Amino acid sequence: MSKALFSGNEAVARGLFETGVSVVSSYPGTPSTEITESAAGYAEMYSEWAPNEKVAVEVALGASIGGARAFAGMKHVGLNVAADPLFTASYTGVNAGLVIAVADDQGLHSSQNEQDSRHWARSAKLPMLEPADSAECLAFTKFAYELSEEYDTPVLLRLSTRVSHSRSLVTAGERADIPLKPYEKNPRKYVMMPAMAKERHEFVEARTLRLAELAERTPLNTTEENVNAKIGVITAGIAYQYAKEALGNNASYLKLGMIAPLPEKVIRDFAARFRRVVVIEELDGVIETHCKALGIPVIGKELFGYTGEYSAGLIKEKLLGEKPVTREYPEQTPPRPPVLCPGCPHRGVFYVLNKLKLTVMGDIGCYTLGALAPLSALDVCVCMGASVSSLHGINTARGADFAKSAIAVLGDSTFIHSGITGIIDIAYNKGVSTVMVLDNSITGMTGHQQNPTTGLTIKGDPTSSVNLELLARACGFNRVRVIDPFDLSGAESVLKEELQVREPSFIIARRPCALLKTVKSNPPVFCDENACTGCKMCMKAGCPAISMKKTAGKSKAQIDKTLCTGCGVCEKICRFKALMAIDS
Amino acid sequence: MNIMIVGVGGQGTLLCSRLLGEAFVAMGREVKVSEVHGMSQRGGSVVTYVKCGDEVFSPLVERGEADLILAFEQLEAARWLPYLSPGGRMLVNTQIINPMPVITGAAQYPEGILDWLTANVPGSVTLDALKLAEEAGSPRAVNTVLVGAMVAVLNLPKDVFETALEKTVPPKFLKLNKIAFEKGFAAVSR
Repeated sequence: MSKALFSGNEAVARGLFETGVSVVSSYPGTPSTEITESAAGYAEMYSEWAPNEKVAVEVALGASIGGARAFAGMKHVGLNVAADPLFTASYTGVNAGLVIAVADDQGLHSSQNEQDSRHWARSAKLPMLEPADSAECLAFTKFAYELSEEYDTPVLLRLSTRVSHSRSLVTAGERADIPLKPYEKNPRKYVMMPAMAKERHEFVEARTLRLAELAERTPLNTTEENVNAKIGVITAGIAYQYAKEALGNNASYLKLGMIAPLPEKVIRDFAARFRRVVVIEELDGVIETHCKALGIPVIGKELFGYTGEYSAGLIKEKLLGEKPVTREYPEQTPPRPPVLCPGCPHRGVFYVLNKLKLTVMGDIGCYTLGALAPLSALDVCVCMGASVSSLHGINTARGADFAKSAIAVLGDSTFIHSGITGIIDIAYNKGVSTVMVLDNSITGMTGHQQNPTTGLTIKGDPTSSVNLELLARACGFNRVRVIDPFDLSGAESVLKEELQVREPSFIIARRPCALLKTVKSNPPVFCDENACTGCKMCMKAGCPAISMKKTAGKSKAQIDKTLCTGCGVCEKICRFKALMAIDS
Repeated sequence: MNIMIVGVGGQGTLLCSRLLGEAFVAMGREVKVSEVHGMSQRGGSVVTYVKCGDEVFSPLVERGEADLILAFEQLEAARWLPYLSPGGRMLVNTQIINPMPVITGAAQYPEGILDWLTANVPGSVTLDALKLAEEAGSPRAVNTVLVGAMVAVLNLPKDVFETALEKTVPPKFLKLNKIAFEKGFAAVSR
């Protein structure tokens, strides 16, 4: 096949296809989402969105034990959720190959933290590979399955935002015919109770030694010698690309494609040839610490630091003392933070929450943007599902009166992911918390993935859907209300009622995401400038379609017709009937 | 060649960078295109990078390196100016989209960006791509208008981009996009 541009994620999916993977289970998470979206495009592979990453890894492990090459993909924080099966899957090992991709988000483009997933490989005692471009994404994915089966281990594939979301040339190949392996009952390998797990722990330690030997000779770890090189650079993944861009032939490189376990002899031999050895790795100093433990003098973190993304410019500055020639615009440019879209159903909810001055325990999704001005509605946001359980915590700490002005908000997909156990905790432990699910019929922030509430599979086929009302009742919530987030006064009165009662309440704010193709816009709202007093109340909606403009010295609201979807939220906020739907 | 495409999430910068990437591949170049997905798409400042040459390592264009900055919006042109190389050129859509801090009154939208760029960045080109897109049939075709203009500014082979357009755009929008491309190309060629 000829070369074509693939994103890193698409190349991983292509690798899964070519290496005969037949079961894929993942939970969406930027920057990993498109691996599984792309995998779903291949009819030969079964692909699914799981309710969360723990389920995904367990599905993939089950498929592997069942004899099929299997895969689970997730973002860095998703692997935290899946850590429980991960650590013990390290003990059970595999039958057919099992690979788990984890995409880190250096620079926090779309994440709540900047953790380094390489620590998981080390602590779960699993091998980890790290590609540096799309061609390597494909090649390393295929290699990972050979490794998994040869060493009886799950394999971690580490990606990053810039590898996952950069497109580069890839030569795609054909799908290998990998038959289902036989399944045989083997409790000593797969039933991890103490007696068996003790044996498997011995196996894991022996496997780690064998993998460390492999690290010394794997073609994934490559050395690139340059005659004029004054420094030796040890690097991996996207940092290799930055280093190469910055230093070119002025350095020699040890590029580690296998980053767990790390080699010893390869590093010693490389480092011995240079007076100055620099480790260039984003986030934590994993390779650097390894080198220092071996007594190899290297520098890295003291130059480049632990936070954010690296760049060729940073490396040039720190190692060569070069700074780019740049021009600046003379005035300050105001920032442009992301905003809730015009017509977003979350806007009405956050407007009301802000108006009622509630303490709002937030969660992970588009609606985290409700924290920004002017909606400024969130108090806390930590991780998937934490809104619900942390609300129970703060209410327990501060008492039932406090609970009358506190609420948890989370999306439909996040609720399924890890909000359900939280509501069970509230009901079971006689809590009084009020939980609101913002049900917009899609997983929004990661770019519209189906989930167990939408009634459609990853391939768009109709399927069962979770009935949130019945689920909440089954968990012990006797008060379940459904509101329309565009009906501001209705939402406000339901909220007031449910917050007052001394028992748990479950509110569903239901309206589909404005960006869904099935959602039709209304004609844009217009502003009657004679009626508009310039009071700026409508600005509190934080809608990008509304701005103030000066006409004849007076400030009036102005609606951008190309952006407005006619959702009517501003119309309901305006007390002077200045903002109106066109047909009225 | 290093190209940066900057704009506001939702303006179609992603399609533009993909089109450019496909065209460079068709021209036999080594290419890397860097995109950003996820949260920063929604009304935020977005940037994509397209790099081509004999060998490309980092997918990012850095400060002082861009041969061309294609700005879908005025303020974004000003924001990303430090990324322009000393001899680099700017192609700027005259459209203004107020960011939330300006809408809420917490910040002012700088005035006179276009005049300043024209006076201080030699070879800057500005055009009203929104108007041309509306003339072509849809305000959503702003991105294709700008691709047409960029092809003219960089003197790239037009036919390669027309083929890339056919590959990237769904058939029912192809006619509209071809008109938009031509309008952008003609506006800058004059």
